[in-house]
This record gives sequence, C-alpha cells and structure tokens, in this order.
Amino acid sequence: MQETVTSSQASGAPAVVEAIIRAEKVEKFYAQPSQNRIQVISATDLEIVPGEILALLGPSGSGKSTMLRMLTGLSTPTAGQVYWHGQPIAQAEVNVSIVFQSFALFPWLTVLENVEAPLQARGVSSSERRERSLKMLDTVGLDGFESAYPKELSGGMRQRVGFARALVVEPEVLFMDEPFSALDVLTAENLRSELLELWSKKTMPTKAVFIVTHNIEEAVLLADRIVVLGRNPGHIRTNFRVQLPQPRDRKSESFTQLVDYIYKVLTRPDTEPAAVPEQQIGPRIRDQRQMRYQMLPHARPGGIAGLLELLLDKGGRDDIYRLADDLAFEIDDLLPIVDAAQLLGFLTIEEGDAAITPAGEQFANSEILRQKELFRNAAVENVLLLRQICRAVDTKSDHTVPEEFFLDLLDEQFSEEECLRQLETAVTWGRYAELFDFDAARRRFVLPDALGDEAEADEEAK
Amino acid sequence: MKIQHTLARPLVAGRTTPFLVDLGVTLCALALFFAVISTGVYWLGRPVPVVHISSSIGALPVYAFYSMVRMAIAYLLSLSFAVAYGYIAAYNPRVEPWMVAVLDILQSIPVLSFLPPVVLAMVTLIPGHQLGIEMGVILLIFTGQVWNLAFSFYSSLKTIPRDMIEASRIFRYSGWQRFWQLEMPFATIGLVWNSIVSVAGGWFALIFCESFTMGARNFQLPGLGSYIQVATYDGNVRALLAGIATVILIVVATDQLLWRPLIAWSDKFKFEQVESAEHVKSPILELLRSSTLFESLPGRLWSRVEEPIYRRLARSKKSHVIHPIDDERKRKIPPVFWMLAAACAIVILWAAAQAALMLRTITVADLRLLLEGAAATFLRVNAALLISAAWTIPVGVAVGLNPKLARVVQPVAQILASVPATAFFPILLMALVRLGGGLGIGSIALMLLGTQWYILFNVIAGAMSIPSDLREVATLYRFTRWQRWTKLILPGIFPYLITGMVTASGGAWNASVMAEYSHVKDRTLEVIGLGAQIDAATDSGRFPMLLLATIFISLMVVTMNRLVWRKLYHLAETRFKLDG
Repeated sequence: MQETVTSSQASGAPAVVEAIIRAEKVEKFYAQPSQNRIQVISATDLEIVPGEILALLGPSGSGKSTMLRMLTGLSTPTAGQVYWHGQPIAQAEVNVSIVFQSFALFPWLTVLENVEAPLQARGVSSSERRERSLKMLDTVGLDGFESAYPKELSGGMRQRVGFARALVVEPEVLFMDEPFSALDVLTAENLRSELLELWSKKTMPTKAVFIVTHNIEEAVLLADRIVVLGRNPGHIRTNFRVQLPQPRDRKSESFTQLVDYIYKVLTRPDTEPAAVPEQQIGPRIRDQRQMRYQMLPHARPGGIAGLLELLLDKGGRDDIYRLADDLAFEIDDLLPIVDAAQLLGFLTIEEGDAAITPAGEQFANSEILRQKELFRNAAVENVLLLRQICRAVDTKSDHTVPEEFFLDLLDEQFSEEECLRQLETAVTWGRYAELFDFDAARRRFVLPDALGDEAEADEEAK
Repeated sequence: MKIQHTLARPLVAGRTTPFLVDLGVTLCALALFFAVISTGVYWLGRPVPVVHISSSIGALPVYAFYSMVRMAIAYLLSLSFAVAYGYIAAYNPRVEPWMVAVLDILQSIPVLSFLPPVVLAMVTLIPGHQLGIEMGVILLIFTGQVWNLAFSFYSSLKTIPRDMIEASRIFRYSGWQRFWQLEMPFATIGLVWNSIVSVAGGWFALIFCESFTMGARNFQLPGLGSYIQVATYDGNVRALLAGIATVILIVVATDQLLWRPLIAWSDKFKFEQVESAEHVKSPILELLRSSTLFESLPGRLWSRVEEPIYRRLARSKKSHVIHPIDDERKRKIPPVFWMLAAACAIVILWAAAQAALMLRTITVADLRLLLEGAAATFLRVNAALLISAAWTIPVGVAVGLNPKLARVVQPVAQILASVPATAFFPILLMALVRLGGGLGIGSIALMLLGTQWYILFNVIAGAMSIPSDLREVATLYRFTRWQRWTKLILPGIFPYLITGMVTASGGAWNASVMAEYSHVKDRTLEVIGLGAQIDAATDSGRFPMLLLATIFISLMVVTMNRLVWRKLYHLAETRFKLDG
C-alpha cells in the first residue's frame, strides 16, 4: 500500500480512482528474421481502474492480445512501462488471472487438479487448496465434476473450469482473452450472463475485469468502458464509458446505437471517430435476458383468454388471490395462467394485483380468429422459443425440424423433464396461434397446414 | 467427505483378488532388493576381463539377468541424460543451435565403432573393479539409446502450445511445477514411443558388445550376448537356439509387461480436446490399478515429498512475480559460462589435434583400402535399403489397406522388429558357413534383418492414412492398377516411406560394423567394407585405422542425410502431405 501513496504523489495530480494497472506509452515491436522490426502497438496509455469491466475491441491484427499480455506482465513492452499499483509490473507481486480462448486446461489433470494447480504454485496447504477449489467449482456450477478430465466435458463446461481456475486465486484483475468465441452462441450467452451475475453480486473477489473480444455486442453487453483499437500499428481509436444499466437489452435503441457507432468506427479506419452517441439511461424495456429461454408457464391459450375476459369484467384490475377465489381455482393452478398472460404482454402484475394491458384488452374483446392473430403476434414478439421454432420451420427447405433440435437447445438451461414440458407447451401455443404444427408420429415440427395436406394427399392416394 | 473418498481411491470395477495382487507387488519389491545387492557384490568384485561362459542352458537365467541389468541401467541413464539435455537445449537460446546440431550428428553416427575406446577409457577411469568394464559396455548402450530420446524431449518442449505456457506463467508456476505438470506430461507419449525404439536398439548393441577382442586384450562379460557368441564360436546349435529363444522371450515379456501398460497409461497425456475412441488396452495395467498398494502408495509418498517443495518454492521471491515469455533484455552472461565454453573449446581442440596426429601413421595403401571399403559398404547399405523397400512396399500397402489384416500383422511384426537382429545373425552365419557362401550376401541379409521393419511399419501407417474418399475416387473412375499406384498409393505413402528409409539407412550403417566381419569356429569371415575395417582394426589394435574408418562412416552418413534424405523430407513435407 505504501507504493500506491508515493506513486500518486509522484504523478502530481491526485487521481480520482487509483488505477490498478496503468500502461504508460507502451509500445511493442516484434523482431523479424531480417533485421527490421515490425511495430504492432504504437505508444499507448491505458488504465484499469477498480469496479470496472473494460472491453478491448479491435479488428484482427490490432494487437489486442499483445496488449492484454503486456498489461498482465506476460509480455514486456519494447518501450514504455506498465505499473501495478504504481510499481513497475516486472517487480510487483501481481495478482491477475487469464481466461483463455482455448481454455488452456491441462488435459492430464482432473478438473479439481486443474483448479488446485495455481494454489499449489502459491504454496497453499493441500486441505485448504481442496476446500477453496471445491467452493469455486461449486460457484461456477461444476459441483460433482471434480474428478472428470477436461476432455470429458463440453466446451461450455471446460470454460467454466477455466473460470474456476482463474478465480480461485482471487485475482484483483481478471483478464479474458476472447473467452466465449470458441463456444456456440447459446452457451456463450449463458456463460456471459452468469459472469455478469457473479460480478454484480460480488460473488467473485475481483476488482476489475478486462475482456478482449472481437464481438461488438458482447462488448456493449458487458463493459462499463470500451476501448477500440485500430491497426497498423495498434493504437486507440476511441475510449468511452457505457452507461446503460445492467442487465442490458440488445433491442433497446441506445444499445443498437452504440453497436452501430462501434461498427462504424471499426469499418472506417481512416476517418476520425464521431462523438459517442448519447446513451439513454431509462428503464429497461423488457425484463429478461435476451436469448435466454424464458420458462414457458404451462397454461393453455384458452385459459389465458378466459382469465383476461374475467379481468375485463372486473374493470381490468383485480387481486390475484381474489381472482383465484372467484374462479374456485387453487392459486397454484392460476399462477401459470397469470404468468403466461404476463409473458405475452397481456397483463402486468403490480403489488399482487393483475392489471390488464391495452393489448390484453384488445385480445379479450376480439373474436376468435382475431384473437389467434393477436396471440400469434404476441407470442412471436415475446417468446424466444416460439420465435425460433417458427424461424427454423420457415427456413428449412422441407419445412420440418426434428423435436430433438430444440431439446438440445433447451437442455443447457432446463432439466430433461422440463425440456419436454417446455416443448409440449410450445406446441400447444404454436398450434393455437397457427404458427406451426407438430407431427407426433415423426416427432417433427411442421408448417401449420402440412399435416392436413398430407392427410388429404394420403386419402386421395387411396 | 464423499468427494475426498472417491478422489483418494478411484473405484475400480471387478476387484477380485486385491490381496494377491498386493502380495505380488510386495514380493516383486523384495526380489528387486535382492537383485540390487547381488549385482553390487559382483560389480565391486575384482575385475575379470574374460569371464568363462558356461554353455549349459541352466546358466541362461543368470546371464539374462546380468544383460537386463545392463540394459536397465543404460536406459535409465539415457532417460535422465536425455531429459537434462533436451531441457537445456530448449531453454537456452545461446547454446540451442549447437546442442541440436550435436544431436543431429551423433544420432546418425554408428555407435558400435566406439566400443573399444570407450571400454578402455572406462577401465582406466575405474581401476580395480569389474565396474570399469561394465561401465564401458553400459556407456556404449547408452550412446546408442540416448539421442532419439533427447531429440524427442527437446521437440516436445518446443511444441508445447503457447497458451499452456502462458497459463503456467500467469499462475506463477515454479520451474518444478512446470516440469511435473506441463513439460513432463506433454513429453511423455513421445518418450514412451522413443523408449521402445531405444531399448530395441540397446539390445542390438548389447548382444554385440558383451564380448569382443581388441588386440591382446579381450573382454567377455557374463551375459546373453556373450552366451550367444560363444555358442556360435563353438558351433553349439542347441545352446545358440536356447540363447536366441531367451532373447525373444525377454523382448516379448518387456513388450507385454512394460511397454503395453506404459502405452495404455500414457494415453491420458494425449493432448486432445475430445476423447478418442481408440485405446490401447493392457490387462497388466488394469491389474496394477486394482492393487490398493500400488494405486495409493506412490501418490501418497509423492505428495509427502511434493508438499514441502511447493511450500518452500512459494516462499521464494522469484515465485511472486510473473515471468514474461518474451524477455528481450539480454541476460547477463555469467563469467562461469564463458570459462566453461573456453574450457570445452580447449579440450575439443586438443583432442582433435591429438586425433589428427594419430592419423599421420596412415599410409596411402591404408587410405585406398578405406575408400574401397567405404564404396563397398555404401553399395551394400543401399542394396539392403532397396531390397527392403521392394518387398515392404507391396506387403505394407496390402496390409495397411486391409484393416482386418493390419490388426493381426502389426503386433506380430512389432515383436519381430524388436527382437535384435544381432541375435539372429549367428544362425545366418552358421548357415552360410555350411553352404559355403560368402559374407557378402550374409552382411546384406543382416542389414535387412535390422532395417526392413522400420520401412514396413511406416508403409503400413502410410497406407492406413490414405483417406478413404480418395480411394473411393480411384475406384469410381476405374483407375488402372498403374494409375492407382502412381497417382494414389505411392504419393500417399511417400512421407511415411521417407521417414522409414531414413531410420533404416541409419540402422543399416550401424549394422555394417558387425555384419562384415565375424569369427565362426576359428575361421574369420570378412568381406571388404568399412565395417570390416573397423572390426579388423579393433582386433589388431590399430587405432588410427579405427579412427579414420569411424570418421569415414560418420561423414558418409551425415552427408547422405544432408544431401539426400533432408531434401526428400522437405519434398514429402511440402508436396505430398495429406492435410485433411
């Protein structure tokens, strides 16, 4: 701590927040066989301050990874200096971790041994090592996989081991080098939101996170500050704060504006970046993690319509318990219907009261065909799974998609039994809305009329 | 609690007789102890240059034991030396090019011609004990085994993926931890496979060098090699066959009891992302794994040793900083390094000068003889290579393209290949003597015995690696037999063929030393050749001739490697590589 004080005095101006890692005019050259050297990064200043997720974006060849390695002390800058709490990084006791794109797990060590290894390097006794590692594995959701070998795990689980290994040493700064780019989209999304959860709930002891990525949305989704690098040689194009509240909505205007802005910066390397668009710090439009499957409440569309009509009769707002009473329903039977109506945007819940929305009112007042249409729109708009099934059935040339395909997507998130129930509900809703149909014999999703047509065709053939 | 239990002792299915296995392991340990003691007593005894070799079959187990001890010690020495050498070469950029060049040359020099000077040196170094002579022989086997092990370890270290190294740095691994958790595991598979090759080469040398004559000084050590040679010399067919049978038995037993379990075990060090379906199975390994003692004791002992080391290392100041992977600042060279380098240079210069002085006694006639010999051996080696290639290519391709056949042939061929050719040579010799044929054919036959296997294995592997879609294309477009061979098979196996030929060529040169000159029943059989001249010079104690012949052989091998094989290798790497 002594050094921190002296360094801030030495730099003269009292810094608002003391940086954990500070790079001053760092440059990097790589030696070529033929005497001349190639400059990969021109003199750059960068700071990592506590309480911040910093994302480093840039096209390939802009020296993102090199920058990360210089900031960790893994690579020595050709010129300039990196400071750790004001002390040159080569002499400081640096406490950082890296999560690698390729996971970089030791295939001959079990999951537990992989996580224990960094503690072993620090001379932690074997019992404490085991205890801390098991706790960390528990935190990242790998309870019960201690004695598996990395090659027995799926990509997502392997990266969880990577996280556990990185976090077990309680690093002050967690570095991540494209940690999600070797994973499929859904797994990456899952891990990303879990990381955010750990970070926001302070479950991990880390004070700052530094993530290198080439995925613009990922940067905007996670980061408090984004630094965009340009290439030939690597330099900072823009460095700005992201002030959108967490969790962020990919669909919100501010979000898309930021993504567009960064996209423009990246694709026009020769023009000076424009001003960062103003970020609306308003309420979230939709309270859900994008791309994550909502739990579909097991309710029938008819039930939803019935509930809404009843609610309309009661003046559009009523206590949920009283509703259950009036209907002679157990509250547990009513709740799925309320949840479903809420999910579709037909009603809102406020302090135990269910209030009908304009969309819900319109729905309740319409005749059956119109109801189907409204339900269809609401479902596609609000329910990811239904949207995906529709799109898949539409896009495929034969317009059929096997049930397994969606089971596989769902099982990252739900139990096996729940996956089946989710699909069952999806089928009920999809059939009602005439979005798609389900061929139970072949266990495939098909276009709404395909089944009927086929039946007719069969009959004609006879 | 539950987790700790499963970790301490993985559940093994079918633990039927754990007690018996434990007992067996304990008995083996006791036997080993006794063996060490008795070997020590023999070694520290008075030196007996020529030990009388009994040709009774009852004496065979003892001889086999002595030979195996020699092998084991030579192998362990090779392994430790190889690891140290590879490590130093990989991590010291200053000496790296030198060390790799030395490896490259030493790997291609036939070791057998070094035998006499090495034994003499050792006897002088350790006078008054049997140990001196023994060490000479062991050192010789060592020089035959060590180079490919060292090369394997070195290249493993050089190919460790960069982010694995980065991970070890960022988590501040000590050198100790890096060695045991990254470097050694990464190199294990290469070391196991090269050990198999090395030990096979070791047997080849051992059988030849346990007894030899050098001018007035003869050496004969108790062992299988001596037994076989004495049997050959006496024309005792029964003893000879028994000796060869013992060698084969040992080779097969080593394969089953040591190499297979090791290969199966080393499977866990495969650097792969997805678990592969194919596994080598070893019942011995499964048996050992079911032994409670064997499963838990080494681990427990090891952690006893390890824990204090980790604690101590973690306290050191060095372990508190992250060491950069690309430290470009020139490290200060300690003066000790320069002093050592200078000392080495002086010794090398002096020795080279002495050797050059020694060569003064060579006459023009000697030189002519050597040149003729070199030409003859060169032709013989290449003839052996051509003959090997001629029969192994069709057979190898046939086997490789037929997976069922390959499953049967490969293990058999593997065992055949690891039986040292030197063991079969006496039979060949005796047959030649009976038939009245010369050694000219015999020496080529011996080279064949030792070398054809390398080519066969590589051709089989090459044929197996030809993708089936390419084969289907050939069938689909009704390639003629000629087209099939020239357009598909030969290009497909080319890289493998070259690898096999390079190894085989080295083996053939080495074999020439013993193949061209031999004593059978008071007769000396010899043909003109470099190998024969090396042997003759050894017999008569003419060191200048010996030296010059060795230099010739080495020069020819190295030149061939540089001029022919390396170019073909490059061609194979660039034009004929099948990349998915």
